[in-house]
Amino acid sequence: MPKIVFEGQEYLAEDNETVLDCLIRHDVSVNYSCRAGVCQSCMMMMEEGTPSEASQKGLKDALRAQSYFLMCSFVAGEDIRISRPGKDFQSMETGVLALDKLSDDVLRVRLARPENYSYFPGQFLNLQNPDGVERSYSLASLPDDEDFLELHVRHIPGGKVSGWVHTALKAGDRVTISPATGDCFYTPGQPGQNLLLIGTGTGLAPLYGILRDALRQGHQGDIHLYHGSSVMEGLYLVDALKTLDAAHANMHYHPCVSQGTPPAGIISGRADQKALEAIGKLDSWRIYLCGREDMVKSARQKAFLSGASLKDIYTDPFVPAVD
Amino acid sequence: MSDSLYNRLGGEAAVDAAVDIFYRKVLADDRINEFFDGVDMDRQAAKQKAFLTMAFGGPNNYTGEDMRKGHAHLVARGLNDSHFDAVVENLGSTLKELGVSDELIGEVAAIAESTRNDVLGR
Repeated sequence: MPKIVFEGQEYLAEDNETVLDCLIRHDVSVNYSCRAGVCQSCMMMMEEGTPSEASQKGLKDALRAQSYFLMCSFVAGEDIRISRPGKDFQSMETGVLALDKLSDDVLRVRLARPENYSYFPGQFLNLQNPDGVERSYSLASLPDDEDFLELHVRHIPGGKVSGWVHTALKAGDRVTISPATGDCFYTPGQPGQNLLLIGTGTGLAPLYGILRDALRQGHQGDIHLYHGSSVMEGLYLVDALKTLDAAHANMHYHPCVSQGTPPAGIISGRADQKALEAIGKLDSWRIYLCGREDMVKSARQKAFLSGASLKDIYTDPFVPAVD
Repeated sequence: MSDSLYNRLGGEAAVDAAVDIFYRKVLADDRINEFFDGVDMDRQAAKQKAFLTMAFGGPNNYTGEDMRKGHAHLVARGLNDSHFDAVVENLGSTLKELGVSDELIGEVAAIAESTRNDVLGR
C-alpha cells in the first residue's frame, strides 16, 4: 500500500483510494467540497511524487508548474509527500550583495542566491528584519542568468522591514529569507499569446522579472508593460525598460503618471485605466496585475469582463501589513 | 444506457465554454453581483464550474447539506428567491448564447430548481 506523508504523519492508502478519501478516513482536517475534481478546494502541493494529468485538470499553468494537484482526483501508485499550498517552508540565511537607489523611495536590494534556491521570476519571498518581522517582496531577477536575488523595496513610512532596509541594512550583512512562492510568473507553451503587464509602484519588480523571462524564452506575441505611479519620481528603471523596448519589436513600454501634467512620452492617467482603454477586448490575452490591492482587484474584474479568461489573469496584490 | 443530459450537452467541454460566459453575466448583473463583492475570483470561478457541472447533470457529489452550508452566509445577507431566479435566468441565457436547445435548457433549469430550497436554507 502506498504511503502518503502529510505534515509529518504517514497515512496508508487502500487500493484505488484517492488521497482525499485516505486523509478523510484518517480524520485529517483538510479542505474539500465537490470531490469531483472541479471546485479546487482540495488542492495541495506534491513535494515528492508526480501528479497525474487528471489531478491537475483545470489548474492554472503556474500551479501545474509547481506540482499542485487535486487530492480528490489522485490515487497514489507510489509513496508521495504532500503539503498545503502556500505553506511557509524552512527559512534560510544569505548575504546582502548591494543596495542601490532606484528612485527617491525605492531601493534595489541584491542578495546572494543561496545554493539550490529555485524560483520563477515574479514569485515572492519573505524577508525578515532582526526582530523577526517578515514582509513579502517579489523577485525581479532571472534564475538562469543572474546569480543574485533582486528585490525592489519601497520605504513605507513607519515600515518595520522597509524602514530597516532603508536606514540600517548594508552590503555584507546577513539576512533571513524564505523560499520563493506565489503563482504570478511566466509560463512558456503559448509563445504567440499577447501579454499585458500592469503594475503600480514596486509592482514593477515582479513584472520586470516576468517581462525579461518572457523575452529570454523567446516570447513572440506582443508584450505591453504599463507601469504607473502618482508622480514622475515614482517611475524607475525607465532607461532599462526603454532599452528593452528598443531592442525587441514586440515589447512596448508605457510609463504612466496619474497626477499633474507629465512630460512628453509619459502617459497622463492611471496605468490600469489607460491600458484597458487602449487595448479594449482582451479575448485570448494573458494578463499580469501587480501592485496596490485595490488596483489589482478592480483591474482583474475589468479584464475578465473585457473578455480575458480567468485562467489567463495572474495577480500579485500588495496587501498592507497589519502588525 | 441512454445518453445522459451531461453528454448531450457536450460534457466537460460544454462546461468550460459556459463558465466564463456565465460568470461574466453574473458579475454584470446588478440584481446579484453584490453577493460576489470581495470574493476570490479564481475560487469563485471554480465554484461556478462545479455548479454548472452539477446543473448539467455531470459528475458531482454535492448533497443538500453541502448546499445549505455553502450558502448560509449569503442567506444571512438576504439571499432570496428573486436572486435565485436571476441566477437561473443567467444560466438559461448563457446556454442560449451557446446554441443549446430550449428543451435541454429546460432540463438544466429543472436540476438547478431542485436545489432551490437547500440553497435558500428552507
